[in-house]
Amino acid sequence: MSLQELAKQPLASKMAGADSDDSLYPIAVLIDELRNEDVQLRLNSIKKLSTIALALGVERTRTELLPFLTDTIYDEDEVLLALAEQLGNFTMLVGGPEYVHCLLPPLESLATVEETVVRDKAVESLRKISHEHSPVDLEVHFEPLVKRLASGDWFTSRTSACGLFSVCYPRVSSTVKAEIRQHFRTLCSDDTPMVRRAAASKLGEFAKVLELEYVKSDIISLFTALASDEQDSVRLLAVEAGVSIATLLPQEDLEALVMPTLRQAAEDKSWRVRYMVADKFSDLQKAVGPEITKNDLVPAFQNLLKDCEAEVRAAAANKVKEFCENLPEDSRETIIMTHILPCVKELVSDTNQHVKSALASVIMGLSTILGKDNTIEHLLPLFLAQLKDECPEVRLNIISNLDCVNEVIGIRQLSQSLLPAIVELAEDAKWRVRLAIIEYMPLLAGQLGVEFFDEKLNSLCMAWLVDHGSCYNVEAATCNLMKLVEKFGAEWAQNTIVPKVLGMANDPNYLHRMTTLFCINALSEVCGQEITTKHMLPVVFKMSNDQVANVRFNVAKSLQKIGPVLDSNCLQTEVKPVLEKLASDQDMDVKYFAQEAISVLSLA
Amino acid sequence: MMAGVGGGNDFQWCFSQVKGAIDEDVAEADIISTVEFNYSGELLATGDKGGRVVIFQREQESKNRLLSRGEYNVYSTFQSHEPEFDYLKSLEIEEKINKIRWLPQQNAAHFLLSANDKTIKLWKISERDKRAEGYNLKDEDGRLRDPFRITTLRVPVLMPMDLMVEASPRRIFANAHTYHINSISVNSDYETYLSADDLRINLWHLEITDRSFNIVDIKPANMEELTEVITAAECHPHQCNVFVYSSSKGTIRLCDMRAAALCDRHSKFFEEPEDPSSRSFFSEIISSISDVKFSHSGRYMMTRDYLSVKVWDLNMENRPVETYQVHEYLRSKLCSLYENDCIFDKFECCWNGSDSAIMTGSYNNFFRMFDRNTRRDITLEASRENSKPRAMLKPRKVCTGGKRKKDEISVDSLDFNKKILHTAWHPKENVIAVAATNNLYIFQDKIN
Repeated sequence: MSLQELAKQPLASKMAGADSDDSLYPIAVLIDELRNEDVQLRLNSIKKLSTIALALGVERTRTELLPFLTDTIYDEDEVLLALAEQLGNFTMLVGGPEYVHCLLPPLESLATVEETVVRDKAVESLRKISHEHSPVDLEVHFEPLVKRLASGDWFTSRTSACGLFSVCYPRVSSTVKAEIRQHFRTLCSDDTPMVRRAAASKLGEFAKVLELEYVKSDIISLFTALASDEQDSVRLLAVEAGVSIATLLPQEDLEALVMPTLRQAAEDKSWRVRYMVADKFSDLQKAVGPEITKNDLVPAFQNLLKDCEAEVRAAAANKVKEFCENLPEDSRETIIMTHILPCVKELVSDTNQHVKSALASVIMGLSTILGKDNTIEHLLPLFLAQLKDECPEVRLNIISNLDCVNEVIGIRQLSQSLLPAIVELAEDAKWRVRLAIIEYMPLLAGQLGVEFFDEKLNSLCMAWLVDHGSCYNVEAATCNLMKLVEKFGAEWAQNTIVPKVLGMANDPNYLHRMTTLFCINALSEVCGQEITTKHMLPVVFKMSNDQVANVRFNVAKSLQKIGPVLDSNCLQTEVKPVLEKLASDQDMDVKYFAQEAISVLSLA
Repeated sequence: MMAGVGGGNDFQWCFSQVKGAIDEDVAEADIISTVEFNYSGELLATGDKGGRVVIFQREQESKNRLLSRGEYNVYSTFQSHEPEFDYLKSLEIEEKINKIRWLPQQNAAHFLLSANDKTIKLWKISERDKRAEGYNLKDEDGRLRDPFRITTLRVPVLMPMDLMVEASPRRIFANAHTYHINSISVNSDYETYLSADDLRINLWHLEITDRSFNIVDIKPANMEELTEVITAAECHPHQCNVFVYSSSKGTIRLCDMRAAALCDRHSKFFEEPEDPSSRSFFSEIISSISDVKFSHSGRYMMTRDYLSVKVWDLNMENRPVETYQVHEYLRSKLCSLYENDCIFDKFECCWNGSDSAIMTGSYNNFFRMFDRNTRRDITLEASRENSKPRAMLKPRKVCTGGKRKKDEISVDSLDFNKKILHTAWHPKENVIAVAATNNLYIFQDKIN
């Protein structure tokens, strides 16, 4: 038994000791377990650090606990992570904002560990407590810490520094501001790519707190330098910074200060940089405004859609809908029809399936933008082509986005091609694909209407119940039936589904017989008392004599499940005898579940 | 000063240290399988067939002992890999360490990657010199205190203690290699590294263990059509997008990761046209490249095949700029070397810190150095016979036909069981580490 568990025990003798302070004991245990061999116990103690600090009082927390924690950086990552997080909420426990700077040493040492998650958490906590520093303390304690980190020997400390500039900058004097800008500049040209990456990723954030004149003078040159770094891992991070910087500048400066660099990024030699541009394209578009979008971004986007690297094309394809949506309204349709659509058409027959499936997940959204006539004339042929694509994911993505087209042209236009596609996916060799289409079925049924469904898809839904691929699929199929009944009503269920489900009770395969029970479990509630009592219950009773024990104990489980739907008379006179019989079954499990059902339904 | 291979007017190589047991019978597990200096040269790591990693630290140069120029002492020893069994394929996985690569130093701790045939591990080697003292529920001797008589709380206090070096496994990169890993190489972006096996090269992020990107795959759809395997791979020292890999056909491919996510199409292809006159049954085997290393400058790369070392300029693909014969006298012995399997030995090669000299191993515990400027070469021997501190190493000569001169050794009396496959050169100084079976020799320069 660990000491911590021991501490939870109410010890009678503990009360007897007249001179003992029993409130100290659990705390003593927590303190000792800060050094327990078991990580879990150490973690526990760290998570209760506030309890320890509270018991020690603010003075001892500052003078004893924090110095001890400052040197406890040997521990496991998860302990350090918890510690870094705790210290972010420790201000009151060290005596309030007046003493908040006492938290800096332990967080400083955590900000230099090699584990990124720990470092990031330490930086997050430092940012948090920076707001609790008075302007004077910020300059006396916090800013020197940022400088120490920024000029540290190891790059872990310099990377951590990058995230701290923006929180102190707005609250310090103009001389200190100048120093901070200088430190940031130095880190942007650090020897190690790690630090340059950290600086590049914080450039946008830092730009936001700078005065506009310094954005123009300092930030732009740093951005230009990082965006042409020799390492593509740095250049790609500059793209996002560029987007943030663009939002800060007045429109007339964008063209001269930011656009040359961004244009260069969109044509970078490295596909990873171009990928980043494609990935951030919508943000970029919003940041630069309609005029630059029309003149610059449209051709750039066309190039990305035609990029030689599939990863880039896929990222760009993902943005097609958003990009088109955000085009300036006056010229939207012309731009789409003359510039974007031709590229989209090519992507439909791309050689890479990721590209095609990325496109398939957004292409339907174009119909709302282009309206009925254009959709029928230009988009419909593309949808139909994708519904026949060799890759199941492409077809699936089209089917799962049918609702957008439904609103514009109605689903009937597609139904001829839709049906074979659904049937084929339903019989796909991969069970995950089958699962996805099953899960989509209720929604589809709603869009297609009951007639179409009965005519074409009903038999498919029943076939899924005997899917051999995986138990998930059977579960999904029963769940699917339930949702269909919710949609089409109990009467429809009684006429179409229930007879087929009950028919399976006589199947020679016991797994299928069990499926009947699973369906009944799912359907009883949505079908209501009448159908359950009249049609389902007799079948369940009959199956209580099944020769396979697994079926019998599932009968007990089913009775427990559908019990609440039945009236009390029926429970007492019909269900109870059956369960009592099962409770004396030879099989252990049957007995167990029957007894459980009896007690849950309070029939004992 | 760094120029040259020693043995001339500038400096002489002399013995510094030898590590490992002297016994005649060598335990298989003790055979050294890789040697690697860290970036500063302060630490030297070896891996062995028993899955252990031993790290040596250079002692601080002391002023009162002028002769001592920083010997390497054991700093940390740990078991990196254990033997395993793959139950699905009924295969034993050896614990042998195939490669060790140091990471650039990022904080007070040191990190290295070690790989056996299948799994790569990231190790952290850190120091601890403080210990917390004082418990609430125990007294100094470890006796439990009466828990009901605690009247004050004690916060542990950190006290100095003897330095303790800990090696802890930080990450395990597993399940990505179907074939045997022959190379690992840390990228200059400091966040990724590549690992190569016989048919594939994977790119990993140092912080992500559950996936890697397959960037090269040369496995043919039908394994019967297999004609070529990957023998080594390395990242460029400065350009994070460039890496090279060598093949069993004696060619090197340079790939640019900027061009495409998959690097199945190379951007440069280095191959020396074969001389038809020297073609023989063994041509293909001896042209297989066993190691490839970029120069520190990143301008050149060096490849080792069975009989020679070649230096290539990255800007010239059709032939190497320099070729050095390592043990040309073995050309007539290829038949017997084939019979005793020696012809498949994988010799490694290394650059000195200024790229002006190169070193590689041979048989009979001989190793060779070549000065690229003067074209001078030297054969030295790693041997205990001459292991007095600061003793000069005598150049060795192998008699190649004709009458054997004094001090020469004849080709027939070379011991092919004593081979030097793994060597390492300190990144800044003339200090070299040479692995001879289970012994690690360290040699230094002595200025004339």
